[in-house]
Amino acid sequence: MALDFNVMVGGEAGQGVQSVGSILSKTIARGGLHVFADQDYESRVRGGHNFFRIRISEGKVLSVSEELDVLIALNEETVHLHLPEVKEDGVIIYDDEQIALDPEDERYLGVPLTRLAEETGKSKLMTNTVAVGAALGITGFDISALETILKEEFSHRGNEIVQGNIAASGAGFEFTSNKGNGNFWKRLRPLADAPRRMLLNGNEALALGALAAGCKFIAGYPMTPATLILEYFADKGRDYGAVAVHVEDEISAINMAIGAAFSGVRAMTATSGGGFSLMVEGLSLAGMTETPVVIVLGQRPGPATGLPTRTEQGELAYVLNAGHGEFPRAVLAPATAEEAFQAATKAFNPAEKYQTPVIILSDHHLATSYTTVDKFDLKDVIIDRGELLTEEAAKEMTDYKRHLITDSGISPRSYPLQGKALIVTDSDEHDENGHMIEDAGTRIEQSLKRLRKLDGLKKEINAPEIDIQPDATFTLIGWGSTGNAIKEAAALLEEREVAVGTIHFSELYPFPAESVISDLREAKKCVVVEGNATAQLAQLIRRETGIEVSDTILRFDGRPITAAYIIERLKVKVW
Amino acid sequence: MVTLEDYNSTVPNAWCPGCANFGILQALKKALVELEIEPHRLLFVSGIGQGPKLPHYTRGNVFNGLHGRTLPVATGARIANHELTVIGIDGDGGAYGEGVGHLLASMRRNVNITYLVHNNQVYGLTKGQASPTSDTGFVTRTTPLGAGQPLNPVMLALASDAGFIARGFAGDIDHLSDIIKAGIVHKGFSLIDILQPCVSFNPKNTYQWYRERVYHLADEPEYNPEDKRAALVKAEEWGDRIPIGVIFRRERPVYEEQLPALKEMPLVRQELDPQKFEGLLSEFM
Repeated sequence: MALDFNVMVGGEAGQGVQSVGSILSKTIARGGLHVFADQDYESRVRGGHNFFRIRISEGKVLSVSEELDVLIALNEETVHLHLPEVKEDGVIIYDDEQIALDPEDERYLGVPLTRLAEETGKSKLMTNTVAVGAALGITGFDISALETILKEEFSHRGNEIVQGNIAASGAGFEFTSNKGNGNFWKRLRPLADAPRRMLLNGNEALALGALAAGCKFIAGYPMTPATLILEYFADKGRDYGAVAVHVEDEISAINMAIGAAFSGVRAMTATSGGGFSLMVEGLSLAGMTETPVVIVLGQRPGPATGLPTRTEQGELAYVLNAGHGEFPRAVLAPATAEEAFQAATKAFNPAEKYQTPVIILSDHHLATSYTTVDKFDLKDVIIDRGELLTEEAAKEMTDYKRHLITDSGISPRSYPLQGKALIVTDSDEHDENGHMIEDAGTRIEQSLKRLRKLDGLKKEINAPEIDIQPDATFTLIGWGSTGNAIKEAAALLEEREVAVGTIHFSELYPFPAESVISDLREAKKCVVVEGNATAQLAQLIRRETGIEVSDTILRFDGRPITAAYIIERLKVKVW
Repeated sequence: MVTLEDYNSTVPNAWCPGCANFGILQALKKALVELEIEPHRLLFVSGIGQGPKLPHYTRGNVFNGLHGRTLPVATGARIANHELTVIGIDGDGGAYGEGVGHLLASMRRNVNITYLVHNNQVYGLTKGQASPTSDTGFVTRTTPLGAGQPLNPVMLALASDAGFIARGFAGDIDHLSDIIKAGIVHKGFSLIDILQPCVSFNPKNTYQWYRERVYHLADEPEYNPEDKRAALVKAEEWGDRIPIGVIFRRERPVYEEQLPALKEMPLVRQELDPQKFEGLLSEFM
């Protein structure tokens, strides 16, 4: 059986769960193995219960598993909460000098994490580093990979800290080597000759993609789970010629992005559902003024503040209809970090070609889960600014109509100071010159012109990934971040000789009806799998194709959909 | 050479006859001509209201956006191309009501925008409701018991450390034109509150009412607009005597001048090259 190794670090907020998880993930990834890591945390800075879950394998993994090989418990509560997930041959690493536990079986492995930190690293603060070393010791992984990562992580804090951490990790490693559960047979080995891969989360992939696509401006207001996009831009923009503005509210964020885009740069904003609600008025403004803008919506459970640090796919129906009045839009929904990078590099093209808003629907699970990916190839990044005038054309142009009526609905675009022509637009209905009007004829012409852009926009949307099995018992259909769990569930069921088809949408609107309708008609027992309570993709499919799916598997408890969750529900519902 | 002709628009005007907006438009055009700014170097951003229709009645690049959202659009546009002269135009409803949060943030942020607020103390476009600056007791259909406490824009701006705070009067065109010029020349955010009679809906604060009260701060030789304490005293003055002119002025770091990305050239002129991000990819490896 292929390697499928699962480690969890758990503890209170403030104990360093994230840092242990992150260093461990980086070490394993540097050893050439694939990693998928998700985070579960509460809306608090101290206390509560947090965990960081890492799935490790030799091939690509894209979702989490609910069974654990190693549990690193930084507090007692973690042991009690996650004991049922630890496999019989698993190991629970905990500080037996700090946590009074009565080990019930062979799985418990007490490691004096705090004492070892004080003895070797000269600081209690290095307890977490001892824990990372201990986890590697029990698996027999190469400690030198960890030393490299520690040097990279701590070099900016001086050699003493680096050496202390290396010593601390070594102590943990040595302590657990050849110890623990006699049943524990799992061994992690770095893969020789494996290519160096990137390890990043969905937010980082989105921010990186946007920068690579030439996005020069982001305005935003911090909101989980999208905050990191703004932070990344603010950090890297300094050296890479981009500007991030932390604004007073999301209303300002979208209007500012629209202002920057009107001035001729690629511009975006990123938020979650509540922030997007504040942006909706501006979304309509972008539609009316034909200003390209990209909006990342990192979904989390609503309504209102909902479960702020958890995941959901509850805003599909919302983004399809958000905004007063009628105007074209596109909606992309990447499933993985790779797709997030691609979606971010792509989104600006349709936004500029059709001069209208493009929404990227992410969610907390995608945004915050780390995964190993093959290094992105920047040669794949195509920048297509549509009918933006060339510098030469702009210089020569004297009579310019920002909202010129054309067959495609697309008016050649220019921006202030590109040439000497005046660029005029209005949130009021306007004529071709951008001046406000009241007459019915012009209104109809401009309205139809804007909506005609949908015809072209439709052609920009990729077909879903379709894997139709002729003898399938059922066909699982999903979108966005649930795509991975669906594919994994199908693969697991195939091992049990149950044939399952899959259809996965990474681009949702304009809905690619033509590319999927015949497959939907032929597919056996369509089951839509979504992270919401009202089956919003199923509704969209019915609206766009008239096809009613047979059944749904929904999850709206704030937790990500996993393969195990799907298989369990299939047994109950449709099997 | 820039002439008034350059700023004449052919778009039919929808303001009421006798509207004080005509005076403000005249003062603005005069300022732009005297500063020799060509229309294509200018971006007007405006919101919703009678005053914010102004950009259509002159010439320049125009983004006439949503009610109260003028300043964010102006900020984005200016950061994307800091070679543009950016003028924001709103009424008292947009600036001090719907968009007051953006005003506070813009004054703190200090992007180089000149913000003209046509303050007629009443909602004209929606036909005569009280505005945030209506005098206490002002009876309208939405305030049958009389308007409450008015917002004091000058005091608000002083509290926010705005770098340029001035008040003009639509009936004193030469004076208004001079302070608009000073506002445009000022580096950073400039708030110009313009007292404007509304001939249709404000029977109280008429031309006559203002003419009896306004006086030029410049006529008080001892007044120093860099003295914040003195400015606070002037900000409180309202009633029998109303000061107009530059009330406060102080150079503060300009937001866009601090941005490393804008050091070489405006964002909009920078080349888009995916290849240059290779280094960022490596940081994740």
